Amino acid sequence: MNDAIIKTQQLRFSYAGAEPPAPMVLDGVDLEIEAGSFVAVLGHNGSGKSTLAKHMNAILLPSGGAVYVDGVDTREEERLLDIRSTVGMVFQNPDNQIVANVVEEDVAFAPENLGVPPAEIRRRVDAALKQVGMYQYREHAPHLLSGGQKQRVAIAGVIAMAPRCIVLDEPTAMLDPIGRGEVLRTIKQLNRASGVTVVLITHHMDEAAQADRLVVMSKGKVVADGPPREVFQRVEELKSVGLTVPETTELLWQLRQEGLDVPLDALSDEECAQALYRLLSGGKEGEL
Amino acid sequence: MALKDITLGQYFPGSTILHRLDPRTKILCTVAYIIALFLAKNLPGYLILLAVLCALTVVSKVGFGAVLRGMKPIFIIIVFTAVLNLFYTPGQGEPLLSFWVFRVYAEGIWAAVFMILRIAMLITCTFLLTYTTSPILLTDGLEKLLNPLKAVHVPVHELAMMMSIALRFIPTLIEETDKIMSAQKARGADFDTGGLMQKARALVPLLVPLFISAFRRADELAVAMECRCYHGGEGRTRMRVLKLGTADVLALAGGAVLCVLVVLLGRIF
Ligand SMILES: Nc1ncnc2c1ncn2[C@@H]1O[C@H](COP(=O)(O)OP(=O)(O)O)[C@@H](O)[C@H]1O
Ligand SMILES: [Mg+2]
Repeated sequence: MNDAIIKTQQLRFSYAGAEPPAPMVLDGVDLEIEAGSFVAVLGHNGSGKSTLAKHMNAILLPSGGAVYVDGVDTREEERLLDIRSTVGMVFQNPDNQIVANVVEEDVAFAPENLGVPPAEIRRRVDAALKQVGMYQYREHAPHLLSGGQKQRVAIAGVIAMAPRCIVLDEPTAMLDPIGRGEVLRTIKQLNRASGVTVVLITHHMDEAAQADRLVVMSKGKVVADGPPREVFQRVEELKSVGLTVPETTELLWQLRQEGLDVPLDALSDEECAQALYRLLSGGKEGEL
Repeated sequence: MALKDITLGQYFPGSTILHRLDPRTKILCTVAYIIALFLAKNLPGYLILLAVLCALTVVSKVGFGAVLRGMKPIFIIIVFTAVLNLFYTPGQGEPLLSFWVFRVYAEGIWAAVFMILRIAMLITCTFLLTYTTSPILLTDGLEKLLNPLKAVHVPVHELAMMMSIALRFIPTLIEETDKIMSAQKARGADFDTGGLMQKARALVPLLVPLFISAFRRADELAVAMECRCYHGGEGRTRMRVLKLGTADVLALAGGAVLCVLVVLLGRIF
C-alpha cells in the first residue's frame, strides 16, 4: 500500500545551459506528499521551490534521483498524460494560464485535451466552476475579471481534469488581500471537502500556517519539515535561511529573548493573546 | 486615440440568432458577403449590401456605436484610399475641378465613394463575425473548414490554436501597452508631439518591454498548457460539438442569393 501521491528520492536537478559549472538548483530532495494532505512549501527566492514544483508533474525531469507520481516514475514517457492529469498545476500569473476568451471554454481546455466526451466535459466544467464559486461568471471574458476571480478560474481549469493533487506555485503573489482570501478559501475547501491533495508554495507566513505540514527549502535542500506549529518555533533557523516567521511567533520569540516565559507555539492571534494574558495575569489560566 | 478603443477581434457575448449560428456558416457567409462586395458594380448593388449589413448589425445587438468605434483605427487608410481614387480616376468630359497636376472627374468622386463604402463594409462584416463568435468557436469552425488541407500536411490544428491564442491575448497586451505608456508618461516620455520620426523613436522604449513581456507570457503559457495535458490536436474532443441546423442552411442560402442578386443588379442597371 503506497499512499504517497508524490514521492521524490534524492532528487537533484540543474538547468542545462546555465553557465558552467551549473549550480545544483535541487540538491538531494527527499519528500513524500501523503494523499489528501495540505502541504505548504516556504523558501527564500531562488531556493528552488518552482523548480521542485515543476518536477511534480514532469514539466522538468530529474538530473539525478527520481520522482514518483502515484507510484509512476515521471520519466516514463508513455504515462505522461496520466501523470499530468493526476497532478494539476496553478501558477502565479493567472493571465498567462488562461487560454480562452470565455471562462467556461477555458475550463473545458484540459478535459478536451484528454479526449473526454462532450457531455462529460460539460458536467465537469459546471461542477468545477461551482466548486470555485465562479459558475455565474461562466460566460464572461476572463480579462474583465478581478485577479482573485481569474485565479479561481485557473484553479477550476485544473480541477476539471479531476486531478488527485494540485500544486500551486505562489498563486496569491499577484493578488490583493481580498483576492488572496478568496483563493485561499477555495484551496482549503478543495482539500477539506473534496479530499484533493494540496501543495501550496507561498511566501505568506499566514497562508503557510494554515497547512497540515510545512516544508522549508533553502539552496535546493529541505531544511525543515513538520507541522507549521513546530517548524515556526525554530525561529533562529528560519531567520538564517532568509525567512521571517508569523508576527505572533515573532512577538513571543522577542519576549522570550527578553527572558519572559511564554510558549512559542501560539500561531493564531487568539492563541497569542491568550498566552500574553496568561503572562500578564501571573500564570493563571483564564479566558479573555 | 485611446488603446482601449481597439475592438479588433473582440467578442461580445450574447444569445442572438447571429451568436447561435454555427461558426462555419458565419465564416462562409462572411466570405460570400465579401465576394458580393467585390462583384457589386453600381449603386443598387451597394445599397442592398448596405441594407443587409445594417439589418445584421441590428439583429446582432452589438450596436452601431461599437461598429463605428471598430472603424477608428483604419480611418486613415480609408481616407487615404478615397483621396487616391478621387484624384487618379481618369474620366471622360471636362474635369469638375482642376488645379496644378490634379484633375477631379465625376467618375473619380464615384470611385472614391464606392471605395469608402467597400472598405467600411468589408471591415464591418468581418467585425460582425468576430463580435458574435467566440474566438474558440471561430477557430474551431476554421479548423473544421480547413480540415481537408491536413491531407497535404498543412498544420491546420496548430494554425487554429495559434490564432485563438492570439485573439485571447489581444486585450491583455493592449492593457499592458496602456500600462507601460502610463508608466513612461509619468516619467516624462512624450508619445503625442513631434514629427513622425520623433514619434517612432518614442515607441522604442514602449515596444522593448512589451516584447520582453510577451515572450515571458508565451513561455509561461506554453508550460501552463502542457500542465493541462495539451499535446496537439490528436485525440482532442470539444465541449461544444458543431452542428449545422436549419438556420444555418437558410443563412448559407441567403449568402448565395446575395451574390447572385448583386451580379444581376450589375447587369440590369
Ligand atoms: N529556466 C531557468 N534556467 C536557468 N536557471 C534557472 C531557470 N529557472 C530558475 N533558475 C535558477 O534556479 C534557481 C531556483 O529557481 P526557482 O526554482 O524559480 O526558485 P524559487 O521558485 O524558490 O524562487 C534560481 O537560482 C534561478 O536563477
Ligand atoms: Mg518561484
